[in-house]
Amino acid sequence: MAELTERSGSDRPFPPGDYPVVIIGSGPGALQTSYSLRSLGVPHAVVSEEPSPGGMFRRWPHFQRLLSWTKPHAPAERGSREYERYDWNSLIGDTPDTRAIQPAYMDGTSYFPSRPEMEANLVAFTERAGVAIRYDCRWTGTRVEDTAEGRRFLVDTTDGAYRAQVVVVAVGVAEPFTPPGPGMEFSHHYADVRAAETYAGRRVCIVGKQNSGFELANGLLPWARQLILVSPSHAKLSVDTNSLVGVRARYVQPYEDCVLGGGVAILDAALERVARVDGGDGDLAVHLRRTDGGGDLDVEVDEVIAATGFVCPLADLPELGVATFGRSRLPVQTPWWESATVPGIFFAGTISQGSKGLQRHGQPSNSGAVHGHRYNARLLAGRIAATHFGITLERPPIEPDALADLVVRELAEAPELWHQRGFLARVMTVDPEAGLVDDGVQPLTHVLDVGGPDALAVTLEADGTGAIFPVLYTRIRGAIAERALEPHPMMRYDGPDARRAIADVVASVLPGVAAG
Amino acid sequence: MAGREELTDAIAGFGLFADLTSPQLEGIVHRFEETAFAEGEKILRQGLSGAGFHVIVDGEAAVVIDGTERARLGRGDFFGDVSILLGEAPIADIVATRPMRCLVLAGPAVESFLVDHPRVMYRMLQAQARRLRAANRWRS
Repeated sequence: MAELTERSGSDRPFPPGDYPVVIIGSGPGALQTSYSLRSLGVPHAVVSEEPSPGGMFRRWPHFQRLLSWTKPHAPAERGSREYERYDWNSLIGDTPDTRAIQPAYMDGTSYFPSRPEMEANLVAFTERAGVAIRYDCRWTGTRVEDTAEGRRFLVDTTDGAYRAQVVVVAVGVAEPFTPPGPGMEFSHHYADVRAAETYAGRRVCIVGKQNSGFELANGLLPWARQLILVSPSHAKLSVDTNSLVGVRARYVQPYEDCVLGGGVAILDAALERVARVDGGDGDLAVHLRRTDGGGDLDVEVDEVIAATGFVCPLADLPELGVATFGRSRLPVQTPWWESATVPGIFFAGTISQGSKGLQRHGQPSNSGAVHGHRYNARLLAGRIAATHFGITLERPPIEPDALADLVVRELAEAPELWHQRGFLARVMTVDPEAGLVDDGVQPLTHVLDVGGPDALAVTLEADGTGAIFPVLYTRIRGAIAERALEPHPMMRYDGPDARRAIADVVASVLPGVAAG
Repeated sequence: MAGREELTDAIAGFGLFADLTSPQLEGIVHRFEETAFAEGEKILRQGLSGAGFHVIVDGEAAVVIDGTERARLGRGDFFGDVSILLGEAPIADIVATRPMRCLVLAGPAVESFLVDHPRVMYRMLQAQARRLRAANRWRS
C-alpha cells in the first residue's frame, strides 16, 4: 500500500498507488469527508486538480458575495454544536480551532460572507485540521478491476493511477452548461461573465430565472441599459416557497424593478433562437415563444448570457454505469449517497443533493449547500467506515427516563435536524440485546425503509407555509407511524405542550423500555 | 440523462398532456422537477402525507397496499394526485420495480398548476373516471 501521509522528501502527499479510499476534490465536501474519515481511522488519499482548497468558492459567486449566512453574534455560543444552526459556512471539526471558523474571517459589512472570506475559511480549516491533499492532480478516468480481494476502482490521474476499494467523488456541480439551440453560440455562460462595468449601457438578455440569473441581473442593475430575464417557467421566489427553492431574497431587486415598471423585463418564454441582426452593430435578435399563453416575441439585445446552470463533471463515470438524472446530471444515489447503479462509488459535497429524501410537501434537503452537505459527509464517512472497513460505530446507551429529555434537547439544538429538515433524523433504537441505544443521525428514508427493531426517529420538517415543526416517526413491529407537533410561533419545542406530546410518543412507542 | 428537449418530446405523447402546445410542454418540463428512482426504491409511502404528484417518464412501479401488490404503473401514468387532491396520506406504497424517471410537482403547487392548465385537469379527470369505472367493475 502506498504511503498514506506526506511522502518523505516531497511536499506532495498521496503518491499514486493503493489506498482503501480515494477522495476526488478539494471543496468543502471533500474536506469534510476527509476530516471525518480520518477521525474514524479510515486511511485514504485526496486528489484534486486545483492548486488550493475551496472548490467552486475559489471562483464563484461571480459578484463575490455568498448566499449562505453566518451570524457572528448568535443566540448560541460560538463554537458550540448549537451555534452551527446560525453558521452555514464553517466546516465541522472536533477541536475548538476547527469549529466556527467562518465568523472570524468576516468584516461585519454583511452576514453573507464575501467569496474571499469563504475561501479563507476553507483554507483555514484545511490547515488547522491538517487535511492533506495532492493538488494539481487531475482525475482523467476511472476503471474497474476485479481482484481476489474483490472489486477495485482504478482512478487514473495526471500523476498516475490510484487503486481503491471505495471512491468518493466530491467535484461539485461545477461544469458550465449551455443548452444547445440555434444561435446559442452568440451567448456566453455565467462562468464567462465579464466585469460588470463592461456591460455599461448594454441591453442584456439573461437566459434563466434561477439564482444565478437573478444574481447577474442584480449585479448588472447599475450598469445595463436594459435587462431581460427569460425562461419557460415563472420565477419562484424563496420568500414565496418558504424554502431554498426559488430566487433568494437578496437577489429579488430585479423582480421589484420589473413589477414597479423600472424597465427590467421578466418573461415566461422558451428561447427559440438567437441570430445576428443584419446590418446591426453586433446586435442580437432573440426570438421567444411565450409559455404563458401569449404570442411570439422578438427582442433586440447586445448580449445574451446563459445563466443555465452547471452540471456534475463526472468524467467517464456514466460509461462505467453511474446513472444520472436531471438538468444538473446528478448521479442517482441511495439514501447513503452511494451510486444506485455502481456500488462503491459515493458522492460528497453539493453532488450529494442527488439523494433526494422524502421531499415532503415539496421541501428539498439542503444538501446542495455547505450547511446541509457537511452533515451528509460526516454520515457518509461513518457509513463507509462501518460497511467497508468493519469499524463499529458507537451506539451509546440511553437511560429510558432520559429519552424524552434527549428528544427535547435535539429538537432545540441539533443543527443536523435544523439544516436538513425532513432529510436527516436522530434515531433511538430498542436493540433486542443492548436495550435503548442512540443510533445517532441517519438519513430519514433509510430509517423508514430499512426495517428492524422498534425505534424512534426525530426530525424537524417544514410544509411550505413557513412553519418549522418536529415530526416524530415511530417504528413498532415494523409499522411506521408519524406524529407532527403543532408549530410554535417562536419555533421552540421545549415548552410544556411540546414536552407533553413528546412524552406521549416516547411512552407509546417504547412502553417496555419506559417501564424498564 | 434526458435533455429538456427529449423530455418535452417524451411527455408530448402522454395522454395527460395531449392537449398542450409545444411551449406549454416546455413550460411543464421547467415547472416540474425531474427525479430518478433506483429499482426497489419506495417513492410514496402508505400513510405518510406530503408526497408529490409524479408523472412516470420511464420505468415501472408497483402499487402496493398493506404489502400486497395491486397494480403496475408505467410510462405516462401518474400517481400521488388523489392524496394531494384530498389532502390525505396515500393509501398505497409506490415502489419502483425498475429504474424510474419521473417528473414531480410538489403537492402544494398542484392546485395552481391545474388551474393554469385546465386541459390537463380535464385529462386527469378522465383518468380518474376510468379508475373509478374499473374499481366499480371490480366490485360488481
